[in-house]
Amino acid sequence: MVTVVHPNLTDTDAKMSARDVSVFYGDKKAIDDVSIDIPTKYVTAFIGPSGCGKSTFLRTLNRMNDTIPSARVEGEITLDGDNIYSPKLDVVQLRARVGMVFQKPNPFPKSIYDNIAYGPKIHGLAEGRDELDAVVEKSLRRAGLWEEVKDRLQDSGTALSGGQQQRLCIARAIAVDPEVILMDEPCSALDPIATAKIEELIDELNGRYAIVIVTHSMQQAARVSQRTAFFHLGKMVEYGRTSDIFTNPIEQRTQDYITGRYG
Amino acid sequence: MSPTLLLLLALGLGLAGWLAARARAWSFRRASPDGRLASLPSYHAWYVALWTVLPVLIFVGVWSAIAPGLVTQSVLATPAADQLPAFGFQRQTILNEARAVATGASQGVFNPLAREFVEPYREAISRYNWIGIIVTLAIAFLGGVWAFLRLKPDFAARNRVEKIVMAILLGASLVAILTTLGIFVSLVFETIRFFGMVNPIDFLFGTHWAPDPMANAENPDPTRYGAIPLFWGTLFIGAIIAMIVAIPLGLMSAIYLTQYANPKLRAWVKPALEILAGVPTVVYGYFAALTIAPAIRDFAISLGASSASSESALAAGLVMGVMIIPFVSSMADDSIAAVPQAMRDGSLAMGATTNETIRRVIVPAALPGIVAGVMLAISRAIGETMIVVMAASTAANLSANPLDSMTTVTVQIVAMLTGEGSFDHPATLSAFALGFVLFLVTLGLNFIALRVVKRFREAYE
Repeated sequence: MVTVVHPNLTDTDAKMSARDVSVFYGDKKAIDDVSIDIPTKYVTAFIGPSGCGKSTFLRTLNRMNDTIPSARVEGEITLDGDNIYSPKLDVVQLRARVGMVFQKPNPFPKSIYDNIAYGPKIHGLAEGRDELDAVVEKSLRRAGLWEEVKDRLQDSGTALSGGQQQRLCIARAIAVDPEVILMDEPCSALDPIATAKIEELIDELNGRYAIVIVTHSMQQAARVSQRTAFFHLGKMVEYGRTSDIFTNPIEQRTQDYITGRYG
Repeated sequence: MSPTLLLLLALGLGLAGWLAARARAWSFRRASPDGRLASLPSYHAWYVALWTVLPVLIFVGVWSAIAPGLVTQSVLATPAADQLPAFGFQRQTILNEARAVATGASQGVFNPLAREFVEPYREAISRYNWIGIIVTLAIAFLGGVWAFLRLKPDFAARNRVEKIVMAILLGASLVAILTTLGIFVSLVFETIRFFGMVNPIDFLFGTHWAPDPMANAENPDPTRYGAIPLFWGTLFIGAIIAMIVAIPLGLMSAIYLTQYANPKLRAWVKPALEILAGVPTVVYGYFAALTIAPAIRDFAISLGASSASSESALAAGLVMGVMIIPFVSSMADDSIAAVPQAMRDGSLAMGATTNETIRRVIVPAALPGIVAGVMLAISRAIGETMIVVMAASTAANLSANPLDSMTTVTVQIVAMLTGEGSFDHPATLSAFALGFVLFLVTLGLNFIALRVVKRFREAYE
């Protein structure tokens, strides 16, 4: 069974491309033969029922599956044409270019300032205190958190509210100036108001970074993304413009899922 | 009749009660219209059994504590007691002899006076034995019958049994607490006696330690009871040298095992490390005294040290450090493992290496737990006796040179208690004062460490 790609999808500038990617956990095949182009300018949403492999696939894009000893990836994934699973590639640099925001906010148990400064420090992106201060301020401003925390940068990042923590994590990812930001259900632990703020933020970041968001919520995918891929049972079923996927799905399974028949 | 037989008897009665109650509960069950009881028949059975046995256990415990006193009292009430010498020690010897003959533990008496008391003893013992048996049986019977009569189809036996079990568990945990209190109280009394002879200021702040067990006990020389060299030796060996060995090695092995080792290697190395904690400390003592200490002495001589001793603080400290590694390592292991995986992923996803993640995120996050582990390790190290008894010396030197011989609080406690002084001599009593100080210090360290661990746990839950 082959993925259905909508014919009117004519993106030419792919930031990341996956070709025939399969992921195994031990003997179990979690992702089966997925090929997709992630466009440079847009927000791409991965939707699908729980356990369909959308998060697993997301984690292959910055090799976070490397931290799971039993995981194995087959196929090819490129970033600007370079294979990210090539032995020559430095995974540290890959992750600096492809940032990630997790399902549950995970600020480090450090001050707000140090949370943001962490990435620039380990990658040597800022020289001296002034430059670091500037990076911290810029990142927090972009994440829409600056006004809320500018007077308490030395407070612990874990003392913020859940929504603020998640924006802190987005700011932390932005601070190393990545080209791609992966978001793994970034709003699933947040209330509706905090979720609205994150979605607003994704809109603002759109265009500056290639963004890939995994979400359970079809409404969220419809609101924030321009491209949508529907995953089911480890396969990518259908991929196209978000408007097409939601109004004009080709596959029966996609139609069933978006109309709430299952999932 | 011995307490063992009484207990067996009580258990037998308990079993009888158990069977009877279960049979009765089954008869309730058969009689009830829907075949249901408020509690299962086995709970009825346990309720009666516990009520039969537990009061007996309590009575036997109390009775075996007071019965010998009652026997002696009744013997002393006989007319022959007037002939006994008034002096406590002789009097006690005679009575003990008579009791030994009366119970069959020895054949004849050495002191002719004791013969007078054999018969009264025999009588008193058998009288109180009978009282004991009768009361035991009465208690078991009354308890069992009372419980049995309370059984009804809607009797909440299950809840009562739960409550009794809880009380038993509470009692078990109280034993440990009461023992600690008892130790503390006994230490306090002897310490107060010692401080009546030697001024606490001289003891705590004096720098010369050389108690003479042969000196006049009435008028001890306070300048010979300065414990600072002991405190320093304890600190130097247990908290400085041992920790210089144990903290880096323990921490690094914990980091390796939790962050780098693959599961197969971990399954092999971790138990091996824990075996280190199971080696008896006296064996470490051999190792320190026979292998490490001479090696250090030879090494020091080859470096040109003039007065290298074969009993050096360094040898004891090094071996103690090795002994402590598993403690530091397993506490650090726990607290590193308690750092959520999300922290690690967050850092790795920023492009940090494993090493940067450990240094900048995981260890700082686990630091409170690691500190607590180190404190527990220190409190164990300074209370450790065998290694220092065998490898360190008894010479109380106040020195910062690790090659010098030094002594510790625990070594001196052993030396003073096994020395030649009489029990109420200040040199002997000083052991209690030293033990008291040690007790307070380790108690304080443990207390702080447990508080730190608790706050740390709360931070992630």
